[in-house]
Amino acid sequence: MNNKKFKFFIHIVLIFFTLIMLGPFIWMFLTSIKTYEESIRIPLQFFPKDIRWVNYQIVYEKFPFLILYFNTIIVSVATIIGQLFIVSLSAYAFARIKFPFKNILFMGMLALMMIPGQIFIIPRYQLMVGLKLTNTLTALVLPSLFSVFGVFLLRQFFQSVPIELEESAKLDGCSHFRIYWQIMLPLVVPGMIALGILTMLNTWKDLMWPIIVNRTMSKMTLSAGLAMLIGQHTTYYEQVMAGAVISVFPMIIVYLIFQKQFVESIAKTGIKG
Amino acid sequence: MKPKKKHSKFKSKDTLAAYLFISPMLIGIFIFFVFAFLQNIYFSFNKVGAFDTPTFVGIDNYRRLLTDPIFLIALKNTIFYTVLGVPLVVFFSILIAWFLNQKIKGQSIYRTAIFLPAITMPAAIGLLWRWLLNYQYGIVNYIIVKLGGTAVAWLSDTNTVKWAILLVLVWSMVSYQVIIMLAGLQGISKTYYEAAEVDGASKWQIFFKITLPLLSPTIFFVTIMSTIGILQIFDFIFLMIQRTAVAYQYSMSLVSYFYELAFTQNLRGYASAVSIVLFVIILIITVIQFVGQKKWVNYD
Repeated sequence: MNNKKFKFFIHIVLIFFTLIMLGPFIWMFLTSIKTYEESIRIPLQFFPKDIRWVNYQIVYEKFPFLILYFNTIIVSVATIIGQLFIVSLSAYAFARIKFPFKNILFMGMLALMMIPGQIFIIPRYQLMVGLKLTNTLTALVLPSLFSVFGVFLLRQFFQSVPIELEESAKLDGCSHFRIYWQIMLPLVVPGMIALGILTMLNTWKDLMWPIIVNRTMSKMTLSAGLAMLIGQHTTYYEQVMAGAVISVFPMIIVYLIFQKQFVESIAKTGIKG
Repeated sequence: MKPKKKHSKFKSKDTLAAYLFISPMLIGIFIFFVFAFLQNIYFSFNKVGAFDTPTFVGIDNYRRLLTDPIFLIALKNTIFYTVLGVPLVVFFSILIAWFLNQKIKGQSIYRTAIFLPAITMPAAIGLLWRWLLNYQYGIVNYIIVKLGGTAVAWLSDTNTVKWAILLVLVWSMVSYQVIIMLAGLQGISKTYYEAAEVDGASKWQIFFKITLPLLSPTIFFVTIMSTIGILQIFDFIFLMIQRTAVAYQYSMSLVSYFYELAFTQNLRGYASAVSIVLFVIILIITVIQFVGQKKWVNYD
């Protein structure tokens, strides 16, 4: 195969896979702007005669998207801030301070990553019931604050900071906290961004814990709320698809703007330490 | 990690600071992981309802699993998803990543589109595919019929429902794993390729003799992650199959069954036993994969 033919072949293959990955989203959007009759017409009608934006209004009135969005954003922001603080503190200690039982504690934490999440769910749920935290946003934030993976990830970033910086600060008599806060933390911002993005993705995607711990719509995240939407209305697919578009569109916009950061963060999960 | 010189003495100031630094994490880990894990093991030997206190039943929960037909179906389904899903995910993610790593125009557009499912919430993906796989009006059946096949009742036929879940699972997972595979491919130094081209190696030879071996650590990582991920499949089954339909049972995974037992039937002790079984399965498979990797994974 000569070079030109080879490139043509690559384009063909990539267009094929793009259609498979992107096609469903396009179909979702097309369905969402059809009338009911158009959405179920056979043979399939690809494009609507008129764009029917009113589907969005209908589903928006039927379904508390604003509350779900608000909850999801509050939960992600609270989780990310709390997690970054807790995780970076201990990642710094594991990377930069010598203390007894360090390796045992670190290995123990790594071992926890092997355990499937379902194992913790019943005890955590009972705990939330005991603390009267069911049907609160706090219940969604609390267990996610302690990310073992985050410690693992940020520790690598702290380790890559040159030791000289720390030593000169130590000579000036800086405390560990000042070294952490003023010198080290600004240097591991890329790691924190990566962890922040991954945590955000997890919060948006997570389904099981939110549907277990919060059963009232006003305290649900988008993901859990959508799962309820499935239970309720599945006849009018043009409306359901409008709902799906409303719930994925903002994330897609964020992704398109910060694509580089998203991709790098996900790629970082694949770096072996 | 290299063995380090042992420090017989730690500075007490350092030790104090370090424990202060890790204490929030340690407390959280103790409550939400260690204690929860131990409590779950304890529950698995008890009868635990929604409100009553646990009563000790020994290994009854585990013994009951052996003869529980739904558990056995869930186990079989989980194995089905894993055995078929993992190779498919690994194969397609290598394939697509390889094409996305070629130097051609418009590559960033292809990447943007192909990574899209990776950042989309499963709830929306579930809704979307329910519509695509709709028996009467779905576009998938439309295409199948156009190509001369017969329409499939994807989400209600007890024989095909597993395949529908597998399809969506692979579709969404490939998108995520391609990102990791592509990063792995980009990490391979160009000097290897240049040397091979000088030697007159064909594209085919380069792929099998250079790319694959050098990518093997990433392939191993993706294999482990997708195995663990698929063994815990829950979302798409929960979202795509009517939970009152017969088909639900035929698509159910161990985690779906765990969820139903724990939170709709309130059989929490029994559900704990299911989760422990899943944990043991994951543990065994991961250990086997780590032992097996020495034969094919190439670290330099």
